[in-house]
Amino acid sequence: MESIQTKKPTTTAAKRRFVNASIAYIFLLPWLIGLLGFTMWPFIQSFYLSLTQSTLHSTTFVGLDNYLRMFSDERFWKSLQVTTKYVMLSVPLKLAMALFVAMLLYKASISMTFYRTLFYLPSLIGGSIAVAVMWRKIFGLDGLWNSLLGKFGIQGKEWLGQPDYALYLLVLLVVWQFGSSMVIFLAGLKNVPGDMYEAAMIDGAGPVKRFIKITLPLISPIILFNLILQTIGSFQVFTQGYVITKGGPMDETLFSVLYIYELAFKQQQMGYASAISWMLLVVIAIVTAVVFLTSKRWVFYENDMKGGH
Amino acid sequence: MTMRLPLAVLKHVMLIALSLCMIYPILWLLLGSFKANNEIFTVSSFWPSEFIWSNYAKGWSAVPGFTFANFFLNSMMISLLVVAGSIISCCLVAFPFARMTFPLKRLWFSVLLGTLMLPGQVLLIPRYVIFSDIGWINTYLPLVVPAFLATNVFFVYLMIQFMRGIPRELDEAAIVDGCGPFRTFLLILLPNCKPVIYTVAIFSFLWSWDDYFEQLLYLNEVRKFTVQLALQMFVDNAAQIQWGSLFAMSILSILPPMLVFFFAQKHFVEGVATSGIK
Repeated sequence: MESIQTKKPTTTAAKRRFVNASIAYIFLLPWLIGLLGFTMWPFIQSFYLSLTQSTLHSTTFVGLDNYLRMFSDERFWKSLQVTTKYVMLSVPLKLAMALFVAMLLYKASISMTFYRTLFYLPSLIGGSIAVAVMWRKIFGLDGLWNSLLGKFGIQGKEWLGQPDYALYLLVLLVVWQFGSSMVIFLAGLKNVPGDMYEAAMIDGAGPVKRFIKITLPLISPIILFNLILQTIGSFQVFTQGYVITKGGPMDETLFSVLYIYELAFKQQQMGYASAISWMLLVVIAIVTAVVFLTSKRWVFYENDMKGGH
Repeated sequence: MTMRLPLAVLKHVMLIALSLCMIYPILWLLLGSFKANNEIFTVSSFWPSEFIWSNYAKGWSAVPGFTFANFFLNSMMISLLVVAGSIISCCLVAFPFARMTFPLKRLWFSVLLGTLMLPGQVLLIPRYVIFSDIGWINTYLPLVVPAFLATNVFFVYLMIQFMRGIPRELDEAAIVDGCGPFRTFLLILLPNCKPVIYTVAIFSFLWSWDDYFEQLLYLNEVRKFTVQLALQMFVDNAAQIQWGSLFAMSILSILPPMLVFFFAQKHFVEGVATSGIK
């Protein structure tokens, strides 16, 4: 009698758990299908492809040949070098600019909304073809920049056609779009408690010292978050290189994804292109890991503060 | 206090100078869309000597056989479908992660976080192969269907974080009143998720509107082209480019994101600030 009484609730509880789990999985279904079909399966497939010689219609297994081929492929090394340079320049510059302007803005309460809107605009449209076209025409031979230089008697050039300048002009285009990061920093700065500044000012700390000792540590988690996302994103830059400079001049803007695109979709070398995309994945993983590991030294979490000292 | 005044002036001078640098290219593009070819590329004529409105009419039909109306409709349809798909799928998927217990929850959540960091470029080629195998090349399906399957994990993550912040007392009250998970989701959580839904809507619209790479990969027929593809074709094909008309179409192409931005500015800034997205 007793056993029945205790048994009955557990079976209904088990049943309820089962029903609940089923409902949960019904909710998850779209994501699970997408995960398996459009993420997991392609991920595995991508690695398999990297071990083959493939076009859309035929596949032959070649083992590690593609990876070996990379070592003697000058364009691969060039693309990796160009991409790394682009990331190393554009991400820190953009974030520094965003932080600097956010510092200028965050106390100016009345004009802030106005400036914030203005500085955000380039980020809003930055990825579009319209902006690419615009950049091409600003730094073209008969472009705006040359016409400005002409005012000072300086002979212009086709700047985007110069191997020494092209990459930097694309970096400039990204730095121009610092607004999005700035908005994030502004939100972070709002959370820095004002009394900390007052205390520091009483102690006689100047603006630079206050920035280094208070502001920077307190927003370091936001900097880290931005740094990681921007780095992963920048390694995969495509549109600017494809539309503005077409990878040129002399492969100076041949970003990795651009090279992958060219190999896979123009030359039908999907296997080799997959191998390169795996190589790029490894590079991104290493760089991200390094950022994470070093972050322990410079990222400051508020719990540390409450903990002691 | 007397020391601080020059500093404040300096700050504002810097801000104004910077604003001019930031906005000058866009203004140049806008004013250029009303200028004749030879006038665009001279600094001295910032303001058009004469507003040539016909640049817009010419640009509108610059792609032979089509007008930009066609491309705008295509882009708009794709973007709106992506918005709808993202909202529906992300809300659904976030709910069990935020509110229910189910087997393997921890595992699935770590998978979710893992795919959040996964660089999409590595999926590029096999995805293309898959879409090609099922005959989706040159259709809008590769651009739209993934949105309905919550492939933009970032939005899901955002939604989960937001739902977790909604007080649990609300759905406990609903459960006491006899609501099951479905009704709790529809009647309690969804209405409270409005801010994050705005964020997802705005950013999925902007990203799919500005996206060029995927459209380039999957669409081959001019009839199916989006605004971005049409613009690019405009630049590449015309031997004698009418820059004024090209600029005019460029301005029109950035108009929808601008409008979204100005009308939803409050949600926009909130969204960027709280979520840390671009």
